[in-house]
Amino acid sequence: MSGWRHPELGDVDRRKPVWFTFDGQPLSGFAGDTLASALLAGGPRILGRSFKYHRPRGLWGLGGEEPNAILDVTFDGKTTPNVRATTEKLRNGMVLQSVNAAPDAARDRFGLLDLAHRFLPAGFYYKTFMALGWMRWEPLIREMAGLGKLDATHHPPADTPVMNAACDLLVIGAGPAGLAAAAAAARNGRQVWLVDEARAVGGSLRWRGGEIDGAPWTDFAATTCNAVKAAGGRILTDTVLWGAFDHGSYAAWQRREDQTNVHWRIRAQNVVLAAGAIERPLWFANNDLPGIMSCEAALHHLVLYGAVAGRRIVIGCAGDAPYAVAAALAKAGCQVTLVDARKDTPPAPDGMRIIRGAKITRAHGHREVGAVTVDGTHLDCDTVLVSGGFTPSVHLHCQAGGKLDLDKASDSLIPRAGTSPIRTVGAANGAFGLAAALEQGHAAGSGAAPAPRAVDRGWALDPIRPDPGIKGRVWIDPQNDVTLKDVRIAAQEGYQSVEHLKRYTTLGMATDQGRNANFAGLAAMAVLTDRTIAETGTTTYRPPFTPVPLSVIGGMRRGEAFSPPKRLALEPQHRTCGAKFREYGGWLRPAYYGEDEATAQQDEARTARQAAGLYDASPLGKIEVIGPGAAELLDFCGYVRMSTLKPGRARYGFMLSEAGIVHDDGVVLRLAEDRFIVSASSSHVGSVRLILEEARQDRFDPSRVFLHDVTAHWATLTVSGPLARAILADAGFSVPDIPHMSVAETRWKDIPFRIARVSFTGDASWELSVPARYGGELHAVLDAAGTAHGARWIGLEALMLLRAEKGYVLIGKDTDGVTMPHDLGWGGPRASRQDEYFGRRSLFTPEANRNDRRQLVGLQSTNVPLPTGAHILAPGDTRRSLGFVTSSYYSPTLDRAIALAMINGGRSLVGQDVTVFNLGETYLARVTDACAYDPKGERLHG
Amino acid sequence: MQIFPCPFCGPRDETEFLFAAEAGKTRPEPAPDVSDAVWADYLYGNDAPKGTAREVWVHLTCGEFFVMTRDTTTREVKSCAALPGKAS
Repeated sequence: MSGWRHPELGDVDRRKPVWFTFDGQPLSGFAGDTLASALLAGGPRILGRSFKYHRPRGLWGLGGEEPNAILDVTFDGKTTPNVRATTEKLRNGMVLQSVNAAPDAARDRFGLLDLAHRFLPAGFYYKTFMALGWMRWEPLIREMAGLGKLDATHHPPADTPVMNAACDLLVIGAGPAGLAAAAAAARNGRQVWLVDEARAVGGSLRWRGGEIDGAPWTDFAATTCNAVKAAGGRILTDTVLWGAFDHGSYAAWQRREDQTNVHWRIRAQNVVLAAGAIERPLWFANNDLPGIMSCEAALHHLVLYGAVAGRRIVIGCAGDAPYAVAAALAKAGCQVTLVDARKDTPPAPDGMRIIRGAKITRAHGHREVGAVTVDGTHLDCDTVLVSGGFTPSVHLHCQAGGKLDLDKASDSLIPRAGTSPIRTVGAANGAFGLAAALEQGHAAGSGAAPAPRAVDRGWALDPIRPDPGIKGRVWIDPQNDVTLKDVRIAAQEGYQSVEHLKRYTTLGMATDQGRNANFAGLAAMAVLTDRTIAETGTTTYRPPFTPVPLSVIGGMRRGEAFSPPKRLALEPQHRTCGAKFREYGGWLRPAYYGEDEATAQQDEARTARQAAGLYDASPLGKIEVIGPGAAELLDFCGYVRMSTLKPGRARYGFMLSEAGIVHDDGVVLRLAEDRFIVSASSSHVGSVRLILEEARQDRFDPSRVFLHDVTAHWATLTVSGPLARAILADAGFSVPDIPHMSVAETRWKDIPFRIARVSFTGDASWELSVPARYGGELHAVLDAAGTAHGARWIGLEALMLLRAEKGYVLIGKDTDGVTMPHDLGWGGPRASRQDEYFGRRSLFTPEANRNDRRQLVGLQSTNVPLPTGAHILAPGDTRRSLGFVTSSYYSPTLDRAIALAMINGGRSLVGQDVTVFNLGETYLARVTDACAYDPKGERLHG
Repeated sequence: MQIFPCPFCGPRDETEFLFAAEAGKTRPEPAPDVSDAVWADYLYGNDAPKGTAREVWVHLTCGEFFVMTRDTTTREVKSCAALPGKAS
């Protein structure tokens, strides 16, 4: 059985029932319920199964720390996996499904695994399944373990905005300490952001109640919220501050009713952490049975939702905090037995039995708790509430680099002041009780004026530790199924560092991030290895504090917005011409024109060779290098000297990295004595500019040379092929008579107009550039004249084919991270240049001098193009690769397959036959020169 | 997210910057006189100090290279200055 609903208590609307199902069972709650409170008040007790042994699990907690009540929630046709029942509001028509259970939590068939627990200790999977190969077992184990199921059809909308914000003081946690800090700071006119995970401010005051300055706490909370807003601050509820990052930046996930989530990036001058503390369990045998709950959580669910945990309740503790819980439950009509480990306790509240100086040593029950043994005495009960002390939520302090110390009074690890930029106050700082929280919060907020006052006795407690001598299975981490025995095994096997303990046993690696388990785990390790807790240490705290949906972190940057490509100025015109677009080096460019890619590519390439091809070359880099120091800068940064270039001429060259590796290739145009244009390849413009900039600012006189990347300022259309000259004439351009590798600046109808004769196809080509806003006019006249001559627009796929016929490389496709210029047949400058240049020294290392370096060659095969990436095998050796195919096409002009390849000592193999291997298939090919078409280059001068 | 001060533009988010090099390394020249070991050390031998580090960064949006002194453990930025260029 589960708990029950109190007829009056709680802040739910009993006139508004809310219907939902759990594992197919129809249930109801009330408006205002969370999933947890509705299930506690009227649902089953078993809400899930544990990760490893598939033990039944029930509700434990009250907030983001909940380790057990984790559900797949379907609402509005969408399934969200792994929702914590304690933080999700109940809605009409919700379908809840337990996780890690087959078919459901009540009848999980893998529950049999628990019978084999003796054989499944920590390290079992590592030790057992590596022997025969982990890959064989992994699918089986994955099927049995894990949490919720992803709904593959559910694509969460990319609708979470990222909002940037700044404030004077960020207060994390709106309990008494946080409220006091916010009140004090706001009164001083500071802009305060007050953030809390719960749906309302107040923290534990919401269920514990209390008076501040002689009035109900709600008055103080309301005054504080008004003061914060009046001073320009904000109150964010339903908001998890999940990460502390560098330079005072913090990330918060806000959930809003009937609106999108918001992901906040908050930059704070000062931060107060008042995140409170969460209750520890007690460590007795079978302490994981459903029906065993956090004491504080029982009060929370009782007061806020009228959901009562049970009827015959045993409370186990060693501190004062549960006494108020016991009193409230007794008043609500429960039969309560208080078991306090201390001999000297406060007087028991009215109407209950108290057993002093005693401990629960074992819980009994198969599917849920039905009795406990208290020092040898059997006590029947239906619910056990436990309180083993409190663990301060210090995660954000530690994420920000802070250290912890053991505080004896609160028996907890609390922040060491000054070790992080965050100031921690209240229960998060080990200051339990209302008066202490208000005092610390107030001091952190200002220090001036009298602090808000409250009367309480403080919370005395005796430390409780896991007892290694106890008989039976004692759970340390209920979610990941780590028992005291597992910690003992880890200690015995030498995994005594907490970081090793964590990884060996998976302690604290569940979605609660160790909030329920870590202290117990390290306390147990300390006991087992005879060390103090300080000597044992803690594991590293990392963001996120609470699991955050990836859709929140991803925000709106998905799909096309994930990495937006650059768009061509002439994209609409290309679309009108039937272009299909694809991304190339960050630019969205026409891949081909027409419907069928293979046919279009072949037709376009054939037409370009027979008549002419027109293509958009606008993404080609245009970095202007201007000034009297321009030639000197380019000489240093480039592999080929440009200072000897005459104005009006162009030269092909490479840019190397300092390690001698080819970084980019391209043509440099010299427009005037002191003005060059570097045509970096379209995907390398940014990095080429940086290489030039670094040398300009670090090595040369920056006042003598200036760089200006004007790539996007110009639209460039290229006309290439035997009829190119005729097309230009027909289009009405007065084309200056310039030879191949030249450039001229002129005007076309008063529009600045640049003509460059450079070729990426091997045919005579004219690159025509106009300022981007005139691109449409240029496109129109070329389109008309080209069509009249039987030319056509060609996409990048055909262009790639044409350049491969000529053996022109594409850096990054035909080259890789070890390719040097002499590997591509460009050894000239290496041999002849005497001046210093970027990457020079690296071209003369023993590695660079090897004569079996991988070199660019062509491959001639039968009529089937070789697969790109296929390996070239060493002669007589079927297992050693000599290199690989880098580009491969079917050439319609040559009517055969062509390929480029990088092969060890490739140029010495020209003329020989080699075997090419790919995915079990072998092919025969002959090594040739890289250039397969017009090797003498006669067509360039068309 | 860290905030770096560009000497040209002022404080900006770290996403606008790129690490360029460790500061203070001199390029060994002329090439023929440099041994393989010295050159390899120049290319790959980085100090990566724990604590105070002098580094060259570039602000991508304006193209300014500058020397930044910062603490690699606390992430504190201590100083920033434009490159001296050939003037040094």
